[in-house]
Amino acid sequence: MAVAIILLLVAIASVLFHIFSPWWWTPLASNWRYIDDTITLTFWITGAVFFAVVAFMAYCVFRFRHMEGRRADYNPENKKLEWWLSVGTAIGVAAMLAPGLVVWHQFVTVPADATEVEVMGQQWQWSYRLPGKDGRLGTSDARNVSSDNPMGLSPDDPAGQDDVVIQNDDLHLPLGKPVKLLLRSIDVLHDFYVPEFRAKMDMIPGSVTYYWFTPTRIGTFEVLCAELCGAAHAQMRSKVIVDEEKDYHAWLEKQRTFVELSQQRNVAKAAYKSGSE
Amino acid sequence: MVDVPFDTVAGVPPAEVGEVELYHPRSWWTRYVFSQDAKVIAIQYSITAMSIGMVALVLSWLMRLQLGFPGTFSFIDPNQYLQFITMHGMIMVIYLLTALFLGGFGNYLIPLMVGARDMVFPYVNMLSYWVYLLAVVVLASTFFVPGGPTGAGWTLYPPQAILSGTPGQDWGIILMLASLILFIIGFTMGGLNYVVTVLQARTRGMTLMRLPLTVWGIFTATVMALLAFPALFVASVMLLLDRLLGTSFFMPTLVEMGTLTKYGGGSPILFQHLFWFFGHPEVYIVALPAFGIISDLISVHARKNIFGYRMMVWAIVAIGALSFVVWAHHMYVSGMHPYFGFFFATTTLIIAVPTAIKVYNWVLTLWRGDIHLTIPMLFALAFIITFVNGGLTGLFLGNVVVDVPLSDTMFVVAHFHMVMGIAPIMAVFGGIYHWYPKVTGRMLNEALGQFHFWVSFLGAYAIFFPMHYLGLLGMPRRYHDIGETAFVPASAHDLNAFMSVAALIVGFAQLVFLFNLIWSLFKGKEAGGNPWGAASLEWQTPETPPGHGNWGKELPIVYRWAYDYSVPGIAGDFVPQNDPPAGLSAQGAHP
Repeated sequence: MAVAIILLLVAIASVLFHIFSPWWWTPLASNWRYIDDTITLTFWITGAVFFAVVAFMAYCVFRFRHMEGRRADYNPENKKLEWWLSVGTAIGVAAMLAPGLVVWHQFVTVPADATEVEVMGQQWQWSYRLPGKDGRLGTSDARNVSSDNPMGLSPDDPAGQDDVVIQNDDLHLPLGKPVKLLLRSIDVLHDFYVPEFRAKMDMIPGSVTYYWFTPTRIGTFEVLCAELCGAAHAQMRSKVIVDEEKDYHAWLEKQRTFVELSQQRNVAKAAYKSGSE
Repeated sequence: MVDVPFDTVAGVPPAEVGEVELYHPRSWWTRYVFSQDAKVIAIQYSITAMSIGMVALVLSWLMRLQLGFPGTFSFIDPNQYLQFITMHGMIMVIYLLTALFLGGFGNYLIPLMVGARDMVFPYVNMLSYWVYLLAVVVLASTFFVPGGPTGAGWTLYPPQAILSGTPGQDWGIILMLASLILFIIGFTMGGLNYVVTVLQARTRGMTLMRLPLTVWGIFTATVMALLAFPALFVASVMLLLDRLLGTSFFMPTLVEMGTLTKYGGGSPILFQHLFWFFGHPEVYIVALPAFGIISDLISVHARKNIFGYRMMVWAIVAIGALSFVVWAHHMYVSGMHPYFGFFFATTTLIIAVPTAIKVYNWVLTLWRGDIHLTIPMLFALAFIITFVNGGLTGLFLGNVVVDVPLSDTMFVVAHFHMVMGIAPIMAVFGGIYHWYPKVTGRMLNEALGQFHFWVSFLGAYAIFFPMHYLGLLGMPRRYHDIGETAFVPASAHDLNAFMSVAALIVGFAQLVFLFNLIWSLFKGKEAGGNPWGAASLEWQTPETPPGHGNWGKELPIVYRWAYDYSVPGIAGDFVPQNDPPAGLSAQGAHP
């Protein structure tokens, strides 16, 4: 009796916890409302199954608990019932899978007008690169990485000279414009993760991965690394700031391009040299 | 619910397997230490697995102390935290659960349940244990080497696993990989044994469709492990070569702490494919024996035949087969080709169907049963709840697009702890309370058992159920301290503290369990040969604990399936498998 009640209480408490939990997803800041909706649908279906199974168990424990003179039924199988349950389960599964796959198709299909933005991870910081006036990002290679060229851009690629390089600073994105993040790493696996955008993808040294989204809310959002990357994994932070179009351009104006940064360094070096002479 | 009962009782075919010449120990050493008796090996496996499991339990306390009260314990730094999670995961998944289910339960139960005198290759079986022990010793030694154990996470993803930004890069990772290689060698010796024993050494009348589901679970899991572990084996060897000889199987051109390394041309993703080609079947290698054990516990303690036996067998086989085509659902956000997502999400969700059938059949076995709420039965009920809970959250993570926001968060941690941590451990406990009387001849103490059960079940549920919601919030896993993060409210820290306190209490209950295991060995109630009134063969041995060779002079003959409980028209509420049906009793033991 007590056992049956406790089992039922576990089911009820789980449902109540779900309803009243103060811990819930962060307010959405991207176009991926469909992902949230799929999660909600999955919660409904799985929640109903969980409650039904546990409640049924609790009932059985209550109703068929051992008492003097009770004898169990003998029923090895019931094909009809087993098939119905299998078919019902298959329908429930399909009801979650089908919308999931539709949304996944959207997730992996980048709109043609998406702006490319590069995110580079390294132990344990983020750098960003935006295409310059030519609208193209130049090539890069881990072999080019040096203290003068921390992102490893190809010094001879003309497409890369006007790329805007952002180091040790936050990334700004314009509101309402689809962005394709090109994700790159020069050392180990990282994962560019902003909870409010709902999207994430690992970054792998030697390859470029991507995902896309459209920022839908102005604000400052925390960037975390979601793939274990060594000792300071938890401290690998940055911020993404979603701006109105004009604020974004004002910010962009102030940023330096690859070639400007190189020249600046050369000037600094020359000054240092002449100073020491 | 009366439908066709399939052929559960029939005559016995002529002997196909002759008596085996057993190895007989001649000294104390060969009887108890270098023993070739599967029962002794089973106990050795179990004690070793539980000992190293205690280390993993202590590690979990340290992790929870750090997570619940960050900054309070100066003796835990971020590096150590990573080492704790890595070793905790590795020990629990491989050195505890795999070894305990297959090496422990498998060794003890397979020969007894199929009616054999021992495993078919006793000497190899003995070697299997000693190689396993060596693997455990190598693993444990990493706590004492310079730099400590590896902190690469139990998944050991390169490149970071072998680079200097990760703790334990010196000795830890090398010994970890060496230990895995040893473990797989040891397991392969044992695993071949279990498979051949089930296929070749069943006693007369023990057809495959009369095997208890425990044997089906362990058998299928072993076949899977024999196919899956080689992937981990090659991955370990290649990673070891990358680390020691500077090969580049998994290492692309990359920079290590600002300096270009000599690596180039390798693929980090390849390691992930190899790892999860092992890693996903591994989940079921742990789950299938648990499925089998739970089926038997429920049937025995509800005094009712397992419902839908044939469907249960086919579900085990189907799950075993399907689990080899779902591995990349661990890699949806790994950067592999996104179109893989369609395929792997589909296969992953299909596997929910045979799994659900198993759950239905367990609860339908309870329906109109005669439910004895013994400790094994309580653990079986707890298994169903935690497994259903963890299995259903698997439908979130398996559905590719839902996985995107949830992957690498505490939701994943909560999910896999519920489904392959808590649930299988509930099965382990249920199994131990159930078979301890056969192993020792004494019952485990009931009151201590009740305490152990309620604290473990409710406590573990209180740890891992709320944890899902931290993941939903966006809290990433493998963070020693979430720190000042804008989207994490103060209440999340309180929840973490609560879970940590619960974890300490649950851990304490395990000490009570260990005490019970030892105390009952001497002071437990005498059990007799068949205290639960179970029908399967292991309870029908002439001696308890079973002697060397298990069966006295003659092997038992099996006339029926293992689930003849409360058969209409028969006085007792169970019929042992070796009980001849009326009219067939003349069919003697001498063909």
